[in-house]
Amino acid sequence: MEQRRKERIDRGIKVRTDGLYALMSWRELGYLTLPRLVLIVGMLILPFVMPSMYWQRVISIVCIYALLAVSFDLLAHFVGLVSLGGALFIGVGGYISAIMNTSFGFPPLLAIPIATIAGAGICTLLLFPCLPLRGVYFAIVSLMYPLAMARVIEALDILGGTDGIMGIDSFPNRWIEQYFVILMVLLFLFGVRRLVNLDLGLVLRAVKDNDQAVRASGMNITFYKAVAVFFSSAMGCLGGACLVHIYMWSGISLFALDFSILPIAATVIGGAGTIVGPVLGCLILVPVSELLRDFGTLRIVFYSLILVAFIVFRSEGIMVYGQRKYHQIERWVKV
Amino acid sequence: MSDQPILEVKEATKTFGGILALNRVSFHVNEGEILGIIGPNGSGKTTLINCITAFIKMTSGKIFFRGKDISRKPAHKIADMGLTRTFQIMRPYYSLPAYKNLVIPLFSPRAKRTGGWRGGGKLGDRNTVGIDILEEIGFERDSFVPYKMASTLPTGYLKRLELARCLALKPEIILCDEVFSGLSMSEIASMVPLIERLQMDGIALVMIEHRLRELFRVARRIMVLNFGEKLIEGTPEEVMADEKVKEAYFGSAEEVEEVMTYA
Amino acid sequence: MDILIYGTINSIALALMALGFALVYGISRVPNFAHGALYVITGFIAWSLLRTLGLNYFFSIVLAIIAIGVVGALMYQFVLIRVRGMAISEIIASYAIGLAILEGLRWGGFKGSTYTLPVFIEGSMTIGDIPVDFHRILVVGIGAAVVISLWLFTHYTRIGLALRGMAQDERAALMLGIDSDVMAVVAMASGAMLAGLAGIVLLPLGNIVVEKGYDVLIQAIAVCIVGGLGSWMGAVLAAFLIGFAQILTVVYLGTHFQMVVSLLAIILTLIFRPSGLFGRQKELEERV
Repeated sequence: MEQRRKERIDRGIKVRTDGLYALMSWRELGYLTLPRLVLIVGMLILPFVMPSMYWQRVISIVCIYALLAVSFDLLAHFVGLVSLGGALFIGVGGYISAIMNTSFGFPPLLAIPIATIAGAGICTLLLFPCLPLRGVYFAIVSLMYPLAMARVIEALDILGGTDGIMGIDSFPNRWIEQYFVILMVLLFLFGVRRLVNLDLGLVLRAVKDNDQAVRASGMNITFYKAVAVFFSSAMGCLGGACLVHIYMWSGISLFALDFSILPIAATVIGGAGTIVGPVLGCLILVPVSELLRDFGTLRIVFYSLILVAFIVFRSEGIMVYGQRKYHQIERWVKV
Repeated sequence: MSDQPILEVKEATKTFGGILALNRVSFHVNEGEILGIIGPNGSGKTTLINCITAFIKMTSGKIFFRGKDISRKPAHKIADMGLTRTFQIMRPYYSLPAYKNLVIPLFSPRAKRTGGWRGGGKLGDRNTVGIDILEEIGFERDSFVPYKMASTLPTGYLKRLELARCLALKPEIILCDEVFSGLSMSEIASMVPLIERLQMDGIALVMIEHRLRELFRVARRIMVLNFGEKLIEGTPEEVMADEKVKEAYFGSAEEVEEVMTYA
Repeated sequence: MDILIYGTINSIALALMALGFALVYGISRVPNFAHGALYVITGFIAWSLLRTLGLNYFFSIVLAIIAIGVVGALMYQFVLIRVRGMAISEIIASYAIGLAILEGLRWGGFKGSTYTLPVFIEGSMTIGDIPVDFHRILVVGIGAAVVISLWLFTHYTRIGLALRGMAQDERAALMLGIDSDVMAVVAMASGAMLAGLAGIVLLPLGNIVVEKGYDVLIQAIAVCIVGGLGSWMGAVLAAFLIGFAQILTVVYLGTHFQMVVSLLAIILTLIFRPSGLFGRQKELEERV
């Protein structure tokens, strides 16, 4: 009887991509750039293939969640700070942009960058006390802030109280809205991928790996953690700022749990620590969650259960799995 | 060279809960000197280094580095001044290749100041400089060793990597926590010249060691700790001849005799 | 006077909420972010047993607490054990379980004023000239009893001593023949039961609502951080500190600021005394 076994070979190209050898042939170059091109082109043509306004809106929401998810991934898997409060970033960014727009009359495309920078500064300041410490403190404090913020706004009846701020300008038209958020996602996606491989990124990863050695190298770990928190809260605040201009409303639901849990679920499903994975996760999860809109809070149950299942049974996530399959040739050979 | 010691520790005291880990230990290190610190297990050697480099807070006492009081400064500031340390349990960045490990210290403010470059420039980027330092410390440049993941390196190279991390900061003094322990005889033999060369480069060293023979080859002054207290300080010969030191290591003369009779 | 009485009651209530979290974290170093969910779901289990099945109140309480202990053990055995040691996954997994329970309950329609547990003893009395109902006094009694029995349990029983051994040094405990996984399951189960007990004791004071789950989690964590993570006695003392602070703010500022008090307490603790008022955890962690 003929016996066969499965053989797995890594494509040699993976090794060579570290140097200049990737330019060996058009074929290999294409092989390497194909996944990136598919992602970029795919994202860019998405608004055209969407059947209705409703689904175009969903794409914008996907992008906002994607920004949050990338920010979660950067913090959790490259700096070691688990943020359970993505809603804080969304809320702070959203409210700042709303105020800039309604009180000072800045147009959205000016209010958003201001909200991004100022919001990131505020979030970093708020989270600063737990940065010098290791362990669960960051998770706890970031979990508390969105809940407390909502309460404070409710209690003091500031910033529109429970009604929220209304009458916020929308983007000039929906194409600008779509492409603005899509381009931002692509920009930050590739920006963060670049960042984690820069020397600064290496330092951040080192802080996660081994903070004592970083201290022994004469670097202030709190400072570098603050830098990372600034970057990722900037992403979150950008998302929040875009969100209020899409909905033309800003209220305490910006601090809702969805913004905290969905990006985490997307990151775990898409592939933790891959940066692209979270975006893919959002592309899958957000539309599904739109389809399940009728079920209300059951959606959160659904994300949570998927999250637990993925963490326990397939912690590598889709992206790592896909990458491996793409780079490996599997075939049956005779023994 | 000035007469002022580069590092001076005055009455360092540390308590863990009720346990006295260090009891009023004072010593100094001169410019370009190698000071050996020996003592039985649990005598507070590593605690001493941790206290000096502020990885744990001293209960009381003062530490002067080049005449400046550094007892209240945080760890990274101290390293930034040029007072560096290695860890007894090596702490490389396991998920990075060996040479990338050095990119991190090279990114530090001190390396930027002392190296006189900010990445790029005539010395090349941080990767190149990192490989240069690794070569200096005994990683063969043309082999694959500097490019291997730190998690796959053997102990000998990890100890060197610890030293290399200090060297990347252009230190003025290195506190070495057992660089020889866990190494084979041949690895130690190749480490000793390295230590000697560091001294020739004008770097002062404080070496905590259990390998006395190798330590005595390089260090001219030895301090002995026992139960957190300084027993004696002097040349290797003086130290080894001292009764108290023998007692600390082997127990008192009566106890030794007692054991010998049963043996 | 009323501040003193209600402050004490509030503090004991906080201590009850926090003990379960402190116990689990102290022993297995797993931050149990599902703590609030366990607290709330116990109330619902007891309610269902009492109202739907029509069991005796006492029996339904006992059954509910046992059930929640089993839930805690299962949660550890099937999920958390697989992510032990991976800090990020531990946090995410326990948080996700908690969310799933809470939002599941919300979806299941468990809201509204029908969901109340009866108080243990009706009626009230006056201390000085302040009316205090018997149930609140019972809370104080039960709280004190729980703290004392927990202390006795951990100091005088085999399992309790094993748990303490594990809390101090897991590897050393392993070498002495303590099965750390079994102990962690025990810790998780008893932590869950403490959460459940707190729920049973405290929920009759108001409606059972899902939002309480988040509140309780945050109060518990605040108490634990202020008291020093992993230190049970610290948690009890911190409960008094936060408890009185909350009552004072409620009296002078308004009820909405309760959560802000906890948050401020955490932040101030982290800035000025990161190891907590009574914790020595940080110091030990820092040993290089």
